[in-house]
Amino acid sequence: MLPPITKFRGSTLTRPASLIACLAVLFALRYGAAQNTPLLSGGVGFFTSTNSGQTSYQPLFEPLLDAPIGPHFLIESRAILLESLSPKGGDQAGYDHSHFISLTYLQGDYILSSHVTVVGGTFLIPFNTYNDRLSPIWIGNFQGGPLTANLGSLSTGAGTGGMLSGSAISRRKYSVSYNSFFSSRVDNSYFQSDRSGGGRASLYLPDRRLEIGLSYDRLLQGTRENFYGAHLWWEPKDSGFKLRSEFARGHHAQGYWIETTYRTDAFGGLDSFVGRFQPVFRMNQSFRRDTVVSDGLPLVNTQRADFGLNYNLPHNTRILTSYSRQFSSTGNSNIWQTGIVYRFLFPAWKGN
Amino acid sequence: MNSKYLLPVFVALASAAFLQAVAQSNPPAAQKTNGPAVAQVSQQQDEGTRIFQQNCSRCHNTPQGFSPRISGTILRHMRVRASLSKHDEEVLLRFFNP
Repeated sequence: MLPPITKFRGSTLTRPASLIACLAVLFALRYGAAQNTPLLSGGVGFFTSTNSGQTSYQPLFEPLLDAPIGPHFLIESRAILLESLSPKGGDQAGYDHSHFISLTYLQGDYILSSHVTVVGGTFLIPFNTYNDRLSPIWIGNFQGGPLTANLGSLSTGAGTGGMLSGSAISRRKYSVSYNSFFSSRVDNSYFQSDRSGGGRASLYLPDRRLEIGLSYDRLLQGTRENFYGAHLWWEPKDSGFKLRSEFARGHHAQGYWIETTYRTDAFGGLDSFVGRFQPVFRMNQSFRRDTVVSDGLPLVNTQRADFGLNYNLPHNTRILTSYSRQFSSTGNSNIWQTGIVYRFLFPAWKGN
Repeated sequence: MNSKYLLPVFVALASAAFLQAVAQSNPPAAQKTNGPAVAQVSQQQDEGTRIFQQNCSRCHNTPQGFSPRISGTILRHMRVRASLSKHDEEVLLRFFNP
């Protein structure tokens, strides 16, 4: 199971022109400032998922490029390339396979002032936290997204247009950040998005390590729909415990997820054998408000409990394992997932 | 396992994990310094550590080492993605390049 955003976008990077353009940008920025060399980052992973007895395999590559230009501008982009192998249906032996190559986002950021950054291009919809903060494979604690991940992310998970974002207030005791966007409707194969608008505001209390936020967006094409979201993150100081949660409500469905993780440093630190283990638990529930299905959520009320045990290897490598039990009126199922992810981060070219 | 038991089980697990976390929490040890310059560097490192833990570690694990040539690029990226303030960006740049 993949983060929901990966399944929407059309093929882009397959065009030689796109590749040449990317290389041209890299070459143009060859002699950047000492600490502002363009970078390549991302994750390489191999995932397996067994759902109701059927096992599928997914090797995938999710690169990210950051290229600063001058003191205020940044071009950033993320893409995904994956191969999916799944058993043939019926009595047939063997596996079917398919490719998927897609640009997740491509945006230019202009830091206008200490409080305002102007974003243009195609960007991740800032609704709650999963879509733009937790969906990269090297960040998420589970292979798959929560049940409600599609709610509020406006079908493609990305918008094409403009966004203002930044830190509105930053004090030692609290900080407030915001995002406000408008997206136009785009139907071409490169950037698909809906006409929409919305935003998010978050309050963070550093002493309590508590973040709360509210999100809203509205679909401005077809059947107009409003989406409301709220999130709460809490990470007690000097403990390995983390709690993340979201609630989202749309016109036709609503739901929530709560995730807890724990890493102990009590047995020789986080880099000890024990400290590298990370148990994870996530509870998901989605509820249909009517039978109109336009939001990507399950057709019926669904509950799912995800139990994970991750191991953080040296050199930015993680092993992710999980068992999920899903309950719904259409049938209960077990989902077993294992995977390994390597996160890389290096300059785009050699230098002094 | 019936679905009606999931929420109580979750609450019990979360409570147990939280109680254990609180029980094991320890205040960071004060660092000994030998002079004003060392003290200033140590203070900057503490400030950088605090901002790093409060902002970067909220979402992801700490990357194990990266070239100082990309530290500015990383921070510009995170300034946009995590809505870092200008002050936090400057402190973290000193933290990455002491």
